Amino acid sequence: MTEPGPIDLRGVLCPNNFVYIKLKLEEMAPGDRLEVLLDDGEPMRNVPRSLKEEGHRILKVSPEGEQYRLLIQRGPD
Amino acid sequence: MGELLAEPKMEALKAGLVKESRHLKLNFNELKSGGFIKQTQRDLFTARLRCPGGRLTAEQLRKAAELAEKHGRGEVHITVRQSVEIPYVNYRDFDALNAELRSIGWSVASCGARVRVPTACAGCSYNPNGLMETQKVCQEVDRRFFGQATGHHKFKVSFSGCPIDCFRTREMDLGFQGTLDPGLEETHCNGCGLCVKSCEEGALVLKDGLPVRDADKCNWCGDCVKVCPVDAMVARRRGWLARVGGKHGKHPLYAYEVAAFLHDDQLYSLMERTLSWYETNGSGRERIGATIARLGLGKYLSEVVRSLGVETIDSPLARRKFKAGGNLYD
Ligand code: SF4
Ligand code: SF4
Ligand code: SF4
Repeated sequence: MTEPGPIDLRGVLCPNNFVYIKLKLEEMAPGDRLEVLLDDGEPMRNVPRSLKEEGHRILKVSPEGEQYRLLIQRGPD
Repeated sequence: MGELLAEPKMEALKAGLVKESRHLKLNFNELKSGGFIKQTQRDLFTARLRCPGGRLTAEQLRKAAELAEKHGRGEVHITVRQSVEIPYVNYRDFDALNAELRSIGWSVASCGARVRVPTACAGCSYNPNGLMETQKVCQEVDRRFFGQATGHHKFKVSFSGCPIDCFRTREMDLGFQGTLDPGLEETHCNGCGLCVKSCEEGALVLKDGLPVRDADKCNWCGDCVKVCPVDAMVARRRGWLARVGGKHGKHPLYAYEVAAFLHDDQLYSLMERTLSWYETNGSGRERIGATIARLGLGKYLSEVVRSLGVETIDSPLARRKFKAGGNLYD
């Protein structure tokens, strides 16, 4: 399952952006996909790494203006 | 001042102290490594507890609280070097306090011209930035070197898990900082660029879809490895960067970077050799940084570091590679 449309986390500070993604992923099943929009800078430095630490996978990173669009695959429980 | 007592006089003085401590029912041997610091108030001392790496068990914490109520004024002081101290202890209570500590396998800290209790951050066991096991090695260093007399002055050691260096290894007689040497498995890389984003040093750029590293900028933090979603950026080596000769105080010194990518065992050897070099070469009450400044870093490197078979930081090139910033370099 892929959530329709990206979650817009522009302007959301660390670590709230990560916590938001985490809550969203918890409602999903392992293997499901989620798209998010993140600001460049701190969010792009922190969030991808935190997702990796918790066992999720980033499948795609695409720049979109000043932001980045990440395609995330939920990891196993 | 600074005049040494003649040997026989020294012996007599020691014997006198032992006698006096017996008279006060104090265990002289237990008091030798220090741990009690004189306060401005008459007869009162601060008992500094041995807390390597600032780590205490719940049992120790309870004991500290209990002793503070029994022998102090019901409060403790947390020192900048991660120790818990009990202020306002009367010297007549030293033995009782020591016995209570011993009953749970604990003791007071070391003071004076000795190896002090080492400090350490949480390191990689749960700090996301950590690269090395600071706590494990800190406990082991304390076990091996606790209270060892240096022959000259105090000797402080600390451990930082990564180049953020929260434990200020540049200001220690001997400091160890975690480092990671990153390398790319090109066939796994998908060119996502997350490693480039995560590198705060600007050491990585994407060229033809692959990250390329400028070694002159890299500070060995490992962030690029931690972020890579497909494990294309991997750790080629992990180890300790060793710094020697730093201190804070009235005349602070920034340490020399002397060796890179040490394994734990090499770290213990380096410390052992450094202490014996300091004992032999130090003069009077000088810190090891002053000994090195006086005799030259080259002498220390060739007598202590080079023969360890480790990556020695002994050339301008190596210093640049490890961002060596010691203010004692010539
Ligand atoms: S030195 Fe690094 S690992 Fe240690 S506490 Fe600081 S950031 Fe964490
Ligand atoms: S180890 Fe740190 S400084 Fe070196 S390239 Fe990776 S992220 Fe940049
Ligand atoms: S993060 Fe990994 S996959 Fe992405 S560009 Fe860097 S090395 Fe390649």
